[in-house]
Amino acid sequence: MTVLTRSAPKVAAVSTLIERDFAVPDIRCAGCISKLEQGLVRDSRIHTARVNFTEKRVHVSCAADAQMPDLLGAFTSLGFEAHPIGEGASEIDADAANSRELLRAVAVSGFAMMNIMLLSVSVWSGATGVTRDLFHWLSAMIALPTIAYAGRPFFRSAWRALRHGQTNMDVPISIGVTLATALSLYETATHGPHAYFDSAVMLLFFLLCGRWLDSVMRDRARGGVTALLRNMGTGAMVIDSDDSTRWVDATQLHPGMVMLVAAGERLAADGVIIAGASRIDLSLLTGESAPQAAALDDVVHAGTLNLETPIRVRVTAAGTDTAIADIARLMGEASQGKSRYVRIADRAARLYAPAVHALALLAFVGWMLAGAGVHQSLLIAVAVLIITCPCALGLAVPAAQIVAAGALMKVGVLIKDGSALERLAEVDRALIDKTGTLTLGRPVASNLHEIAPEDRSLLLALARASRHPLSAALTRDLVGIEAAHVTDIRETPGFGVEALWQGLAVTLGRPQSGDAGTELVTELAIDMHPVATVRFADALRPDAVATIAALDAQGIDAMILSGDRTAAVAPVARTLGLTAMTGMSPQDKLAAISRHAAAGHKVLMIGDGLNDGPALAAGHASMAPGSASDVGKNASDCIFLGDRLMPVAQTIRMARRTQAIVRQNFMLAIGYNVIAVPLAFAGLVTPLVAALAMSGSSLIVVSNALRLKRALK
Amino acid sequence: MNGLLVLIPIALFLGLLGLAAFFWSLKRGQFDDMDGAALRIFVEDEENKADQP
Repeated sequence: MTVLTRSAPKVAAVSTLIERDFAVPDIRCAGCISKLEQGLVRDSRIHTARVNFTEKRVHVSCAADAQMPDLLGAFTSLGFEAHPIGEGASEIDADAANSRELLRAVAVSGFAMMNIMLLSVSVWSGATGVTRDLFHWLSAMIALPTIAYAGRPFFRSAWRALRHGQTNMDVPISIGVTLATALSLYETATHGPHAYFDSAVMLLFFLLCGRWLDSVMRDRARGGVTALLRNMGTGAMVIDSDDSTRWVDATQLHPGMVMLVAAGERLAADGVIIAGASRIDLSLLTGESAPQAAALDDVVHAGTLNLETPIRVRVTAAGTDTAIADIARLMGEASQGKSRYVRIADRAARLYAPAVHALALLAFVGWMLAGAGVHQSLLIAVAVLIITCPCALGLAVPAAQIVAAGALMKVGVLIKDGSALERLAEVDRALIDKTGTLTLGRPVASNLHEIAPEDRSLLLALARASRHPLSAALTRDLVGIEAAHVTDIRETPGFGVEALWQGLAVTLGRPQSGDAGTELVTELAIDMHPVATVRFADALRPDAVATIAALDAQGIDAMILSGDRTAAVAPVARTLGLTAMTGMSPQDKLAAISRHAAAGHKVLMIGDGLNDGPALAAGHASMAPGSASDVGKNASDCIFLGDRLMPVAQTIRMARRTQAIVRQNFMLAIGYNVIAVPLAFAGLVTPLVAALAMSGSSLIVVSNALRLKRALK
Repeated sequence: MNGLLVLIPIALFLGLLGLAAFFWSLKRGQFDDMDGAALRIFVEDEENKADQP
């Protein structure tokens, strides 16, 4: 009885806690970690909070009745913007599990390698008779389980390839390791002088290191990308029939529900406006830069941004039925071309694997003909297999690519995987979207220099009190200005902000003189008299001109593909000196890319919107800015953060440099084979020589790859 | 030779101990947040302890 009463409350307390993950891109320092971990638990609903700095995430366990806006509010009150992350897609979990399994295999083979090497060194330094046999048996006892465990990734992949009648790098590896182990076992049993257990395990160790580096690179980029993705876990405030509001996840939205969309909020579903009128920013959906007026009964789409006043929207389509679904279908078709790309290591393996097998067979047959006997010939054939096994080749590509990805990450570029770097190195034509890619994709005050300094400080005082998109833009652009002292600040949704300044009423809001056309403007009035009008426009990225010039210097012709009107694109095209195609639908963009591809060009697509999604998927390589739509970020090969466009040119330079290093590494590996294979043929390669050759060539390849660290400087 | 019979098992056991320790730390998530671990040394955690029951 006592046991029951004691355990019951504990179980109840545990079962009411739920776990949630949030992406918090602004975690930058140790201060942020302590602020979040200690600040969040002060909220009574949050039990524990744990920051993962590498992935810029916070793991929270909270009471089951804690609503999403409350939790987000807890982050906001600490000064952080948080984005809920939904249940991780199963493929992401599988990837993480895969790299953990690889790390375990690296650890096991590293342990085994060191111990076997210890025993082998004794044998090489002259142990004979019973001692040598004992050491060989001990090596076998360590090596066999290790090979069975750590060799699985290679055996599996080799078997898959063979079953489909193909061959890859893993086939010679598997054959080499298996043959070497079997032969060494036979040698051990017959008291022979040479066992290759150390070579077999060392080979696995180096190759696993390469595999692991490759998967670490993908993990790291994925951590960054999930921190940027906001689509999962978004939702809307839903108004129930009794006028109460509650937060509903985007996945739980159904047609017929009524959403309350605040100014500055993105729509979570398609719908029809049933109350209010506002202007909607369509730039992520269509590339159109001018906001569109939307009033009663107008149709609005998921992913667009409500700019001005709160509206009520009746949901007509949610989830996969939204306008996005159409784009998703196009993307599925477009991405098939990319999956046909064969990575450089596999291309090398196609030539390499048959050559290795032929050489080993030749060695065996040659020595048989020379009358060396089956045992001796087999020993030499195995030595040839081990020497030619692509140890350095397996490290050559991943080592170079992970160093390159690390250097790029420092300048704010996330590369999704190694094949992206290879494809980026090949591009010779860039097709660039305008809105949000060449331009910043957000309103920037364009005439601030015409406004008197004292008005500017008033503007800042009023703007920073509001979360309206235009106010936020003003606050950002007025950096470095002292704000005026105002009191009694009030914000009226749909009108603006008002306050008292030196006894006078000051307002910041819609111009009193009525309609402003398609332009975004806001007006500062003192005591009802307008004193300043601020105009907003989408501005070019600060270094766009320099970037286009840098691309040109790299031999890449750029061109604009925009969904926007010709009148809006023309000034940008003129400033940058580029030709432009305007008013393009997603299908048009796809067609443009396949036209260029058919003409023999490798196309780099740079874009950010939903409408660019299919084009990003179809391009030979693709890049998206960090401000892009989720679809854009998902479809692109790499993402550059910040307002500068120059990372595009830097990434291409780095990709080409990486490719050069990879080629050098291949040459080194081939050069090493040219020296080592004749020795193996002559039967001069003892386990000692094999061990020295293998570690030596791996070290050379890795240190060559490390030179990439300085490539961006 | 007799020395080997004692020393080799000891050496292997110590090696295995290291491997087990590595697996343990991997499982406990000590390698999940490498950059954060470097920064946590600066975090004052007395406040945190006081909060816990």
